[in-house]
Amino acid sequence: MTADADAATPALEIHDLTVSYHRKPVLWGIDVAVAPGQLVGIIGPNGAGKSTLIKSCMGLLPVSGGWVKVFGKSLRDDPRRVGYVPQRESVDWDFPVSVLDVVLMGRYGRLGLGRRPGKADREAARACLDKVQLLPFANRQISNLSGGQQQRVFLARALAQEADLYFMDEPFAGVDAATEAAIIAVLRELRSAGKTILVVHHDLPTARQYFDRLLLLNMNVVAFGPTEEVFTAELLQKTYGGRLTLLSEVAQALGAGANAGGGERA
Amino acid sequence: MITELIQPFDFHQVVVAPWTEHLPLFGWIALMGFFVAAACGLVGNYLILRRMALMGDAVSHSVLPGLVIAFLLSNSRGTLPMFIGALAAGAVTTVLIELIHRNSRVKQDAAIGIAFSALFAVGVLLISLYADQVDLDADCVLYGEIAFVPLEPMVTLGGFTLGPESVVRMGLVLLAVGVGVLVFYKELLVTAFDAGLARTLGVNPTVFHYGLMAMLSVVVVGAFEAVGAILVIAMLILPGATASLLTTRLGVIHLLTLAQALVTAVAGVMIGVWLDCSIAAAMVLAGTGLFVLAWIFSPTQGLIRRWTRRTAA
Ligand SMILES: Nc1ncnc2c1ncn2[C@@H]1O[C@H](COP(=O)(O)OP(=O)(O)O)[C@@H](O)[C@H]1O
Ligand SMILES: [Mg+2]
Repeated sequence: MTADADAATPALEIHDLTVSYHRKPVLWGIDVAVAPGQLVGIIGPNGAGKSTLIKSCMGLLPVSGGWVKVFGKSLRDDPRRVGYVPQRESVDWDFPVSVLDVVLMGRYGRLGLGRRPGKADREAARACLDKVQLLPFANRQISNLSGGQQQRVFLARALAQEADLYFMDEPFAGVDAATEAAIIAVLRELRSAGKTILVVHHDLPTARQYFDRLLLLNMNVVAFGPTEEVFTAELLQKTYGGRLTLLSEVAQALGAGANAGGGERA
Repeated sequence: MITELIQPFDFHQVVVAPWTEHLPLFGWIALMGFFVAAACGLVGNYLILRRMALMGDAVSHSVLPGLVIAFLLSNSRGTLPMFIGALAAGAVTTVLIELIHRNSRVKQDAAIGIAFSALFAVGVLLISLYADQVDLDADCVLYGEIAFVPLEPMVTLGGFTLGPESVVRMGLVLLAVGVGVLVFYKELLVTAFDAGLARTLGVNPTVFHYGLMAMLSVVVVGAFEAVGAILVIAMLILPGATASLLTTRLGVIHLLTLAQALVTAVAGVMIGVWLDCSIAAAMVLAGTGLFVLAWIFSPTQGLIRRWTRRTAA
C-alpha cells in the first residue's frame, strides 16, 4: 500500500457497529471515520462502552452488527498495523517476567512460530523503554514498579509494535504527573510521525488540552469532531446525563463563561 | 513406641544401595519419577501462571472415564487407545467447563468442580459396572504403583534395550512437553500474560488454551500408572509453586522445575526405601519438603527474610 492511498483512506472506519454482552447491547449504531495522523480522545461516563468500543475495534469482542476497517482493510488481513495499550488492571503484575520481556512482547507479531526475539528486537525494545524513561528498569520484575511505571511499560510495548494506529485504554488513570507528561510527550511524537491514536480518557479539563478531536460516547456517539467544536457544556451534559459533580467539572473546564450553563441542573 | 513405628535409618541401605546393588530396580523408579515430575511440572508452570491450577485437578480425574471407555472399545491397555481416550476426555472436560460457565452465571471454579466430579463419577461407575472386563484397579488409579515399573516388559529398539514400557512412554511425553515449551515459548508466555494483546498479535489464545489442556491430558495419562490421579496434582503444582518462591523469571522457573523434579525423584526413592512405604507418596512428600524449605529460606520472599526485614524496620 502506498502513502497516497493511506492519505485517502481513513486510518479507522467504524460503520454501524453494534456490540452486545449476553444479548444486551452496550454500543449501537457507531459510525466514525478517523483520518490518519490524529490524536483522538474518547470521552464518556463509566460504563459508556469506551473499553468495549476499543476492544471490538481490535477484534477482541464479537460484534453483533456493522464492521470496522483499519486503513481500508479488515484487521484480520493486517493485524500488525494496530497497537494496543489495555487498561493496566487487565493483567497480573506478579507475572514472572522482566520489564524488557514485556516490551519484547510487542515484537512477537513480526516473529514467526518458534522464533525468539533477536538482538535487533532487543535493541528496538530498549529504545522504546528509553522513550518512556524506563531504560534503567529494563531488568526489573514488573511487580516492583509504581502504577505510573507499569503504565509506561505498556506504552513502551505498544511503541515496540511499530504500528500505525494505536488504541489506548485509560493510559492516564492513576498515574503520577511525571508519567502523565511522559505519556503525552510520546503521544505527540507519535502524531508528528503520522500515527493515528485513539485514547480513552476520563479527565475533562486535560481532555481539551491533549486531543485534536474528541469522540463523546455514551452507548452511541453523542458527538465526534474537533475538540473546540465538540467540547461544549451542552454536548458534555448530553454525554454524562447531567450528573452534578460532572457538571461542575465541566463548568471548571470551560472556565467562567460556562458557569451560567452549569446552573440549569437536570 | 515411636521407634517401633519408624524404621531405623540404615545409611547404606537407604542412601547407597538404591544407586549401587539395587540400581536395576530403583534406577528405573527414580527415572520414572523424574520424567513424571518434570513433565507435570513444566505443564503445571503454565497452569499456575494462568491461575488454572484447579484444571490439573479436573483433568487428572476426568481422564478416568476416557481410559475406561478406550479400554472397553479397544479391549486393550495399549498406549495408543489410552492416549486417545485421555485426549478425548481432556477435550470433553475443557469444552464442558467453558460451556457451563459461558452459558450460565456459574463461575469458572464452580464449573470446573461440576465437570470433573461428574466425569470422574462416570469413570467409577463404568469400572464397577464392567469390573470383570476392566483390568483397572481403583486403588492403582487413585494412588499409582511406581514400584511396579521395573517389572514391566522392556522396550527394545533395534536390539538395544531402552527400558520399561511406561518409563519409555513417559520419557517421550517429557520430550514432547520440552519441545512444545521451547517452540511455543513466546506464544505460551503472551497468551498467559495478556490474552488481549496476544489476539491482536495474531496469536489465538483459545488455540493455546486447548493446546495446553491437550498437553495436560497427555502428561496426566502418562503419569497415571506411576503416581495415580491424586498425587499427580502435587506433581503439577509443587515444582512451579516452589520455583516461583525463588525466582521471578519464567525461564529460571522452568530450570528450577527440572531440578526440583530430579531431587523429588531421588529423595522419594530413598524415603520410600527407608520407611518401606509407597514410593509415589514419598516423592510427593519430598516435593512438599522442598516447597517448605523454599518457603522458609527463600532469599527474596522466604519467611526468615520477611521476619528479619520486619524486625529490622
Ligand atoms: N464482560 C462483560 N460482560 C457483561 N457486561 C459487560 C462486560 N464488560 C462490560 N460490560 C458492560 O458493558 C458496559 C460498557 O462497559 P465498558 O466498555 O467497560 O465501559 P467503559 O470502559 O466506558 O467504562 C457496562 O455497562 C458494563 O457493565
Ligand atoms: Mg473502561
